[in-house]
Amino acid sequence: MSVNPKKNQVDRTAFSVAFTVGLYGAAFGAAGVTAGFSILQTCLLSILLFSGASQFAVVGIMGAGGAAISAIATATLLGFRNTLYGLQMAPILKVKGFKRVLAAQITIDESTAVATLQDNDEDRKRGFYLTGIGVYVFWNLFTFLGALGASAIGDPSVWGLDAAVPAAFLGLIWPRLKNKIQFLVSGVAIAWALLLTPVTPAGIPIITTVVLAIIFGAKK
Amino acid sequence: MSAIWIAVLGASLTAFLNKYIGHSVPEKWLNRPVFVRINALVPIVLLSALVGVQTFTDKKEIVIDQRAAGVFVALVALKFKAPFPLVVISAAITSAAVYNWF
Repeated sequence: MSVNPKKNQVDRTAFSVAFTVGLYGAAFGAAGVTAGFSILQTCLLSILLFSGASQFAVVGIMGAGGAAISAIATATLLGFRNTLYGLQMAPILKVKGFKRVLAAQITIDESTAVATLQDNDEDRKRGFYLTGIGVYVFWNLFTFLGALGASAIGDPSVWGLDAAVPAAFLGLIWPRLKNKIQFLVSGVAIAWALLLTPVTPAGIPIITTVVLAIIFGAKK
Repeated sequence: MSAIWIAVLGASLTAFLNKYIGHSVPEKWLNRPVFVRINALVPIVLLSALVGVQTFTDKKEIVIDQRAAGVFVALVALKFKAPFPLVVISAAITSAAVYNWF
């Protein structure tokens, strides 16, 4: 095989993204166990669901005493952006059957982002698969280690895990806040959720903020 | 089956359907501008609400405790463009310090 510097660059980007993002898996693993999930249940979310924000939402809502249906609904809405990524990637990947199932499973923020950074379809494909598979491997490995670590710890507050979880969420939102409207929407959503908490069942204060997204998103 | 199992398997199924449908439907069905705008805000509102609830509530009550201190430090770390692990660890250390020493 000839040496191709472009290819090396795609590989390097894919690896560094996969490894860094994979490390967050430890935070998720700890969050799952802290929320009362077993190590198996926590790891299954990373293996099967495999979409960070949705996974954190499931354990967050169940941990707060929410119903399974609100956890599922919230996770589904959070995962809808992966549908849009699939739309973008399908014409580039052109896969069918079982390969499409595999490609779908690794269609996440990071694999799509690395693919869209490339300037031709061959590199886009390479970037997508390497990043997707890389994140999958590291995310699952670190989820397990995080879950194992957290289950060895007794009271999560003693180690600050109770604050690590919302801090991890904050880290997921931060890169999405690019203008004043988005900061405003974020603030309104927090206020909404806190106001509803004393008066509605757990999970409702979170899922109903979708109304805010519709109100703010519908106007130009 | 416990509620947690239902949540794990149910959310895993819908997550996969989300991904698979994207690969399988014609693009023009889903890329209307208003739809894309709303969808960009969905993660912001849901995740913000989760931050609020996990930081300031205990069961059904609004409380301010060590978690608020930890999340505040995380916010400062993000302001200074700290990498994700540092954000999470600084929040944990702050919260643990407040919890154990005050």
